Amino acid sequence: MLKISNLHARIEEKEILRGINLEVKSGEVHAIMGPNGSGKSTLASVLAGREDYEITEGSIDFLGKDLIDMAIEERAAEGIFLAFQYPVEIPGVTTVSFLKTAINQIRKHKGEAPLDAASFLKMMKKKADLVKIDGQLLRRSLNEGFSGGEKKRNEIFQMAMLEPILGILDETDSGLDIDALRIVADGVNQMKSAERSFVVITHYQRLLDYIVPDFVHVLYNGRIVKSGTKELALELEEKGYDWIIEADEAKEALAQ
Amino acid sequence: MSENSLNSQIAGAFKEVQSGLNGSVSQAFNERRIDALESFNSLGFPTPKHEEWKYSNVKKLVNGTYNFAAQNKLSKENLKNFDLPDLEGIIIYFVNGVYQEALSNLDLAEGKLSIQTLEEAQKNSSELLNEHFSKYSNDNLDAFTAINTAIASQGIVVKVEDNATIEHPIILRMISDVREENIGSTLRNLVVVGKNSEVKIAESYRTLGEESAYVNVVTEIVVAKDARVDYYKVGNDNNASYHVGSTNIHQSDNSYFYAATITINGGFVRNNINLTVDGEHVESWLYGLYVPNESQHVDNHTVVDHRKPNSVSNELYKGVLMDKSTGVFNGKIFVRQEAQKTNAYQNCRNVVTSDSATMNTKPQLEIWADDVKCSHGATTGMLNDEAIFYMRSRGIPKEEAVRMQLLAFAEDVVSQIKIESVKEYLSGLIHQKLG
Repeated sequence: MLKISNLHARIEEKEILRGINLEVKSGEVHAIMGPNGSGKSTLASVLAGREDYEITEGSIDFLGKDLIDMAIEERAAEGIFLAFQYPVEIPGVTTVSFLKTAINQIRKHKGEAPLDAASFLKMMKKKADLVKIDGQLLRRSLNEGFSGGEKKRNEIFQMAMLEPILGILDETDSGLDIDALRIVADGVNQMKSAERSFVVITHYQRLLDYIVPDFVHVLYNGRIVKSGTKELALELEEKGYDWIIEADEAKEALAQ
Repeated sequence: MSENSLNSQIAGAFKEVQSGLNGSVSQAFNERRIDALESFNSLGFPTPKHEEWKYSNVKKLVNGTYNFAAQNKLSKENLKNFDLPDLEGIIIYFVNGVYQEALSNLDLAEGKLSIQTLEEAQKNSSELLNEHFSKYSNDNLDAFTAINTAIASQGIVVKVEDNATIEHPIILRMISDVREENIGSTLRNLVVVGKNSEVKIAESYRTLGEESAYVNVVTEIVVAKDARVDYYKVGNDNNASYHVGSTNIHQSDNSYFYAATITINGGFVRNNINLTVDGEHVESWLYGLYVPNESQHVDNHTVVDHRKPNSVSNELYKGVLMDKSTGVFNGKIFVRQEAQKTNAYQNCRNVVTSDSATMNTKPQLEIWADDVKCSHGATTGMLNDEAIFYMRSRGIPKEEAVRMQLLAFAEDVVSQIKIESVKEYLSGLIHQKLG
């Protein structure tokens, strides 16, 4: 489904991704971990199409299409969803009208008729239950004055509404208490299917107790330096990142 | 200087107004006209050196030539082609600055409401004019107001008796028919609202055609004790047009005044609002919205003068500036020594959507009282890129994301409009323009 090959990206003069290779197949859940500043959020942003980054090398193939030349909204229409680490407040636009516009724009892209009001409301009710988000909240300006937990739940709610093929969760667990974390994870788990994949970016192993990954990758200094199964996350929890960093540095020194 | 230029027009128009007065020439209100002409003669038209006209250059306006005596060629049939809000009201038409009885509809005017043209009022209501005409206008400071006071012969005079609630809005539609030539008009309105009465009044300006229109309008609104007035001013003129207008309001104890000044289109637009809070427990709301594009210029000047204690004024102006347009907001608040316990707020927020658009803001507070709450803020910025990225990441194309954000930005002001059909109508125009 997603194949990232030798991806290099920089912002201004600073190279942040330095040769990422990653393949995600349909139905898989991949966790990306790593210390601060290793490039995790950059990878998420680059996949969603954030324009601040310049791709200098490599390719991203998504369902047989080259993602790099695709506009942000086109990527969304093709089935990519990024749950933001810091969801943006948009005064004056309610979550409801925002999502209605988004869904119908995506449908338009696919050549489908707009969703009628009744079907939209029915769908909204169902998905709101999924993440236990209050209907009243959705009638307010998007994220404006929402608590941290409400914002994150709203991200998962939006993901549920847009039904993407690839969901990217950028530190969705940050700032969540254990109950909110469980609700968010439940929402994601209920969306899992053979056709849908997830890339879960997280700092902590905690989230992976609830969203169990098929693979765990450690990103360091702009590259994936170690990959494994869910046991790797437990090992990282216990031993930290130092042993991986040291091994990587030794390898780099040897190469030079 | 051409024969039709503004300066040459003034002397002639003044003579004409004076000759039409007959018996009322010696009335006090006419003394004010004579004084105003003198004021204008000493002031002259403002140049950008004048502090209040720094960013609004009237040179082209002043050098233009306009027909001030064009005949009306519009019939009721023609009006059907205008897209207008569908509303029940007292509808008064002026075409090329002249009242049009045949186009107007005063059927809904009620017993406690009297509406006359200025000409009629000069003959029949000299007492009312003596009491109020040009009492709330700064003829000695503002050249355009001074001209208006000196030469205006057209406009309406509204009087609402005490203890009357006027249900239907009074709508003034000022049309400049500039299909064939440049048209000039000078309009003067006086609205006197009696104690404990309530009225809604709207002025709308519109051009038909592509030539230049020049409109100089002054509206004075007297809000007596316990009275309530909602006031709307909407400009939708072509890009060759000039509008210079002042609305001067005087509020007494316990009165309420609400204004929405909305500029959809216009080549050069200057809206002055001068509000005098001359009573206690007064409430005043001033809203403004402007959405200039191309090379349109919109200038809003407001003055809120708190002269008595215990009152509240609140001001919110918002602008979206596109293309090469320019905007000005100059908001003054005075709180005099006597006006203790005043709450006065002012906020002006702007979004520029192009590198070539310019907004000049100048909030000014002058406070002599010590026990007051006052605040002002003025911001001008671009749209939030992060918000655009967020919306696009959900599948909303860039243009649509921008449009949604601009509409949401304008909504604060639009949602305040209290006449539902006007709100819908203006909302439609704004959607069109921002889309």
